[in-house]
Amino acid sequence: MTQATLKAEHKIIIGWIPKEASVLDLGCGDGELLSLLISEKQVHAQGVELNETSIHRCVAQGLSVFQQDIDTGLSEYADNSFDYVILNQTLQQVKRPDFALKEALRVGKKVIIGFPNFVQASARLQILRGRVPVTKALPYEWYDTPNLHFLSIADFKAYCKKRNLHIEDSAFIRKNNKIRLLPNLFAEIGLFLLSK
Amino acid sequence: MEAKKFTNINKLEKSELQTFTFAYPPAELILESGEKLGPVTLVYETYGELNAQKSNAILVLHALSGDAHAAETNGWWESLIGPGKGLDTNKCFVICSNVIGGCRGSTGPSSTNPKTGKPYGTDFPLVTIGDIVQAQIHLIDHLGIEKLLAVIGGSMGGMQVLQWMVAYPERIRSAIPIATTMKHTPQQIAFNEVGRQAIMADPDWKNGHYYGSVVPAKGLAVARMIGHITYMSDSSMAEKFGRRVREDKKPFKFGAEFEVEGYLQYQGDSFVKRFDANSYLYITKAIDYFNILNGNKNLGNIFKGLKAKVLVISFKSDWLYPSYQSQDIVKACKLAGVDTTYCEINSTYGHDSFLLETEQETQLIKHFLNTVSNGHNGGKQ
Repeated sequence: MTQATLKAEHKIIIGWIPKEASVLDLGCGDGELLSLLISEKQVHAQGVELNETSIHRCVAQGLSVFQQDIDTGLSEYADNSFDYVILNQTLQQVKRPDFALKEALRVGKKVIIGFPNFVQASARLQILRGRVPVTKALPYEWYDTPNLHFLSIADFKAYCKKRNLHIEDSAFIRKNNKIRLLPNLFAEIGLFLLSK
Repeated sequence: MEAKKFTNINKLEKSELQTFTFAYPPAELILESGEKLGPVTLVYETYGELNAQKSNAILVLHALSGDAHAAETNGWWESLIGPGKGLDTNKCFVICSNVIGGCRGSTGPSSTNPKTGKPYGTDFPLVTIGDIVQAQIHLIDHLGIEKLLAVIGGSMGGMQVLQWMVAYPERIRSAIPIATTMKHTPQQIAFNEVGRQAIMADPDWKNGHYYGSVVPAKGLAVARMIGHITYMSDSSMAEKFGRRVREDKKPFKFGAEFEVEGYLQYQGDSFVKRFDANSYLYITKAIDYFNILNGNKNLGNIFKGLKAKVLVISFKSDWLYPSYQSQDIVKACKLAGVDTTYCEINSTYGHDSFLLETEQETQLIKHFLNTVSNGHNGGKQ
């Protein structure tokens, strides 16, 4: 994923989170988003990440982070422990996205989800040509992808309806810009702000 | 300090060894057992300079066989402590004291019992990790330090860190427990018990009153050998020794033929020269009795209200203090809303990793301490 694409997602997420909120970032990677949230919104941040190298990078930035597999759940946290739980570019990589999302919604008052839209136009074209898509938002080959689940914006909306989740806000990104027109066709990334 | 047969005093004297004696009768130290101990001497070393605000002090807590000589030549944590290192002595004032019950200068079973004028031996009262830390707070008070920048230690040192977090939470700004546990499992107690039995089965042990005559060297050496096996890992032993045979093997059926045998015998024999068998008994008991959960059924209450930042570190190949025990500490911190970071370092050295795998450890500790001392807080309050 390009740096530029990441920036647009971050801008939107930062816009959704109020000053001094408590934030749990599940799959926080190198801590780029959390660091931005601290400098922009003075949030109380906690990261969770599995990769040891990423943990070192987070600690180098002064972040508090636990090395943990999200698939094992968040049982140590009481309900509504955080104002916001973020699953940005994480949901498609966990073994049980349904369980992860349920846990996120339990410990967070609100949940922010960001994922690559698998059915974006250029991906559709590649499938028509008989190839599994490799795009900006889905930069991996089939043999080295960390993504376990492939979903579209429409899939996620249907899921929220089925699970009775309230979508407070959503945003769609194409080439580092927010778009409104036919997001399921054009957006590379979908972002959702959910509440219970 | 009286000279002791088993102690390699020479090494200690070369460094900046300092002593602090307190708890003179009638104001003895009241131990958790209810018994009194006094006067109490702590031997300690310091590295770096205490700043004017006295805000840069770090207390380093040693493990079972450690001593006050943590840094500089032959220091047991030399790789972590020093100028520009993980505990940077250009910036920080590092203190390390020998524990009570020990034999490296602090009051222990080999010290003179003021009531008899002879070494305590097994008349020395049982001490706990709580007692060890209680003695340390006297030293910190004596040094005029109100709040420590950090308390840090691995293994039994990590237990002392946990004890500080519970007993003196307002005296620490951060805590770094490494490769440790909130309480020993039966397996961990079992290894210690075999070590104790080896000492007590040695005819030279004489119920602990052997001072002035032959020390129970065989028993203590075997105890140390068992310890060493638990500190390594299957793969680190395979790498270090393989099945190689010693070149200097003696013409005896059961001599040390394999390198690993020679190594263990050497470790056992050299340990006897610097460590007291009774201290081994007392300290392993303190470790086995340690249970930070004591009387606290709710895991979430243990660290409740702790304002200090916590960095928990474990090592993948450590089977003596497996990562799940560190994760339990993290769990308790999470439940209490303590600002915590946890990392399991990928190392093959087993429990010894905390002393050997210092590159990763250094990076984590350095950055963590920077965050603590800059007051910049990335985490949840």
